[in-house]
Amino acid sequence: MSVPAFAALLERLVFTPGRNAKLALLRDWFATQPDPDRGVGLAALTEELVFTAAKPSLIRDLVAARTDPVLLALSHDYVGDFAETVALIWPVRAGVNTPPPALSEVVEALELTPKPELPALIGGWLDTLDSSGRLALIKLITGGLRVGVSGRLARVALSEWSGKPVEEIEEVWHGVAPPYLALFRWLEGNADKPDPREAPVFRPLMLAHPLEDADVAALRPEEWRAEWKWDGIRVQLTAGPGGRRLWSRGGEDITNAFPEIAEAMEFHAVLDGELLVIRDGVVAPFAELQQRLNRKAVTPRMMRDFPAGVRLYDLLFEGGEDLRPLPFDARRARLEDWVARIAPARMDLSPQIAFGSVAQLAEIRDGARAASIEGLMLKRADSPYAAGRQKGLWWKWKRDPLSIDAVLMYAQRGHGKRSSFYSDYTFGLWRPDGEGGEELVPVGKAYSGYTDEELAWLDRWIRNHTTGRFGPVREVEKSLVLEVIFDAAQLSSRHKSGVALRFPRIARIRTDKPASEADRLDNLMSYVERRAPAEEDAAG
Amino acid sequence: MPPHPESWLRVTPQGLYCEPGGFFIDPVRPVGRAVITHGHADHARPGHDAVLATPETLAIMRARMGEGAAGAAQQPIRPGEVLEQGGVAIRLAPAGHVLGSAQVVLDWQGSRAVISGDYKRQRDPTCAPFEPVPCDVFVTEATFALPVFRHPPPEAEVAKLLKSLALFPERTHVVGCYALGKCQRLIRLLREAGWDAQIHLHGALASLCRLYEELGVALGPLAPATVANKAALKGAIVLAPPSAVQDRWARRLAEPVVAVASGWMRVRQRAKMRGVELPLVISDHADWDELNRTIDEVGAPEVWVTHGRDDALVHALALRGIRGRALHLVGLGEEDEGPAPEVAEPASAAEGGVQA
Ligand SMILES: [Zn+2]
Repeated sequence: MSVPAFAALLERLVFTPGRNAKLALLRDWFATQPDPDRGVGLAALTEELVFTAAKPSLIRDLVAARTDPVLLALSHDYVGDFAETVALIWPVRAGVNTPPPALSEVVEALELTPKPELPALIGGWLDTLDSSGRLALIKLITGGLRVGVSGRLARVALSEWSGKPVEEIEEVWHGVAPPYLALFRWLEGNADKPDPREAPVFRPLMLAHPLEDADVAALRPEEWRAEWKWDGIRVQLTAGPGGRRLWSRGGEDITNAFPEIAEAMEFHAVLDGELLVIRDGVVAPFAELQQRLNRKAVTPRMMRDFPAGVRLYDLLFEGGEDLRPLPFDARRARLEDWVARIAPARMDLSPQIAFGSVAQLAEIRDGARAASIEGLMLKRADSPYAAGRQKGLWWKWKRDPLSIDAVLMYAQRGHGKRSSFYSDYTFGLWRPDGEGGEELVPVGKAYSGYTDEELAWLDRWIRNHTTGRFGPVREVEKSLVLEVIFDAAQLSSRHKSGVALRFPRIARIRTDKPASEADRLDNLMSYVERRAPAEEDAAG
Repeated sequence: MPPHPESWLRVTPQGLYCEPGGFFIDPVRPVGRAVITHGHADHARPGHDAVLATPETLAIMRARMGEGAAGAAQQPIRPGEVLEQGGVAIRLAPAGHVLGSAQVVLDWQGSRAVISGDYKRQRDPTCAPFEPVPCDVFVTEATFALPVFRHPPPEAEVAKLLKSLALFPERTHVVGCYALGKCQRLIRLLREAGWDAQIHLHGALASLCRLYEELGVALGPLAPATVANKAALKGAIVLAPPSAVQDRWARRLAEPVVAVASGWMRVRQRAKMRGVELPLVISDHADWDELNRTIDEVGAPEVWVTHGRDDALVHALALRGIRGRALHLVGLGEEDEGPAPEVAEPASAAEGGVQA
């Protein structure tokens, strides 16, 4: 029963855009499937299980032996995806009444079956399945389910289903392996929490709240410590006798994407820090770090061009000692001492910023214009390292966003709930067209920031001012000005305008402003910062 | 030696023309005499002088076009009855496509052609099943004539919809379906699966549902889908034309799950491009296996393909020694499941911003 059940889940997940709906589907899976298949399915979804035994060419040969070449080619041409073509075109064999395999059976057989026998085994399975079952099986054994279920989402679903806090699940997650029998036993209340022992596991991060104006007045400077808020990605480093791991903020294992960091982790500790591209001590803009993310293979050239480093700001474990209950100041002292002693390569301390008053701190924040700095982090001197987002312990105090008045150029429908609205906006700025006039050049795309009323208004405006269509994209009359705010502007050779915006969103619709008075590209260029502050500025 | 149908059944700009009988089958422009296979707008067009069709098809035409446009003279003919016109014997046989749908069986001087219109072989509780008629030339559609199109049992697809309702009881399930045939078949399938609750209808579907009921197809409790009353539609099934489920109308429903019931839903990429969350593969057209099985059953040595994927079907027929001929009739396949919904890839109209 279980490959078809898994196939039905996959099919729903593939078509479901909403996070809540995805969570509901996953909860249903945990609640209704037997062990070990529910764990195998979970591992397959989060891509913890990857098969390499069956190559796509094996599937190609199997289907070629069963279909007419002309019809196969016409079908492939129509469907596009080859795996899907195979799943759909696979001829039903009369008289097959073997039940479809269980997921766990598939996994086990793929490991144990000698290579020459694989085609017959897989062909036999495909004969027992319907088209969605075949597609699930083919995607499973050749890799690439890609259904948009991250490990984090799966753990949230496990938490919602079982009632156990997600932080507790995060702590054991990387210490348990598919099919997660011990994990499910614990979640169902039938066993103690699995003990990860030496295995490197992710510890849930302590998160900060945005500091609102009302909170600022209540701050007493002597109780707080300040650091720069770096514009990289938050990471946790875990190293010890059980192995080394680099975790993303959501607990994804990103060790393989940054081998040079893993190599430098010659210690036994758990640290919190910011992953950045750092050249000669200078932090590069986020866009450069992005070159390193989401890459399957890391080339020596990429490591040379975009050298990664970690700016450390907390020490959670030293050896086997859990420092998380200690106050921040005590942990900071241990961290400084540890960095001085171990001096790990590719890592440095996130400097603390001295300040005497909140007013002075505000000045420092506003003075920071480097693209690599988003603002300030404020940490209470006596706060323990508490998982999750507890109010009043850590604040992030982002500097005010930058803003431009841009002209709406194109609009596209959104996803999920917003799929019937034109909710994705491409906007542009003026620049000389080389013939004495001016032209608009697109500078970015925004999907957020507006209210529901503004969205409805924009949707109507777009429908009434469409001048062209390319598939789902509408080109509109170049007459509407939008105030767009963003966190930073960075030079980018991948963009036509030569500049990329960090997190642009719509602040206001400026019906009061004619398009000709929107900003020029030059105005935006003046925001571009190429240089991060040197260490001594930061310490001031 | 009886005359080859080629000599008395010709392709003209108006459509297929039976020369000795002086009539057209499903003509695309107004003509003097027309035989109509079924009520879909691409087969039944307004403005003909005399129209011959099943009583149900005539009723559907009157309902859709108004009395005046549905043929100046309407002549009903029931399946099995034979009528002679210029020496040609005309008979209708059920096609199993929608209520009233029929194949046109023509006999002339010992040679027989069957024009099947649109048809399917799957069970349909709203109309009579397809009846294979042996012939010399079988004229077929080829909407789903690729071996990737094999429609699953419709009962299983309806079960998917009901399972989704159980999983998301707060969400309105809005199902895009064609107004004539698909809508009523879906309602009957839901009733058979035990869904007794009111089914809500978009305004564009109401009149044909009423007509089906008048013609003896019971549909159970139906209600208009008043989007203003969002709360009442939580957990309800709403049926709407495919064009409405993707637009402003549907967004006023409670967190809608957008489903579409169509044979095209079989291919994921297509369904995804249309933003469908719950694709239901339910079709009123023959799939690949049904097309081939039907052609084998009627035993025709020659098959003419009116519209659709004639390339694949003609190739498959040649492998079995059957002569296939693509007629390339224009104007067909524009209503109901129609041509493959082609959606252009998103044009990279502009460069995106950097997203965190
Ligand atoms: Zn039709």
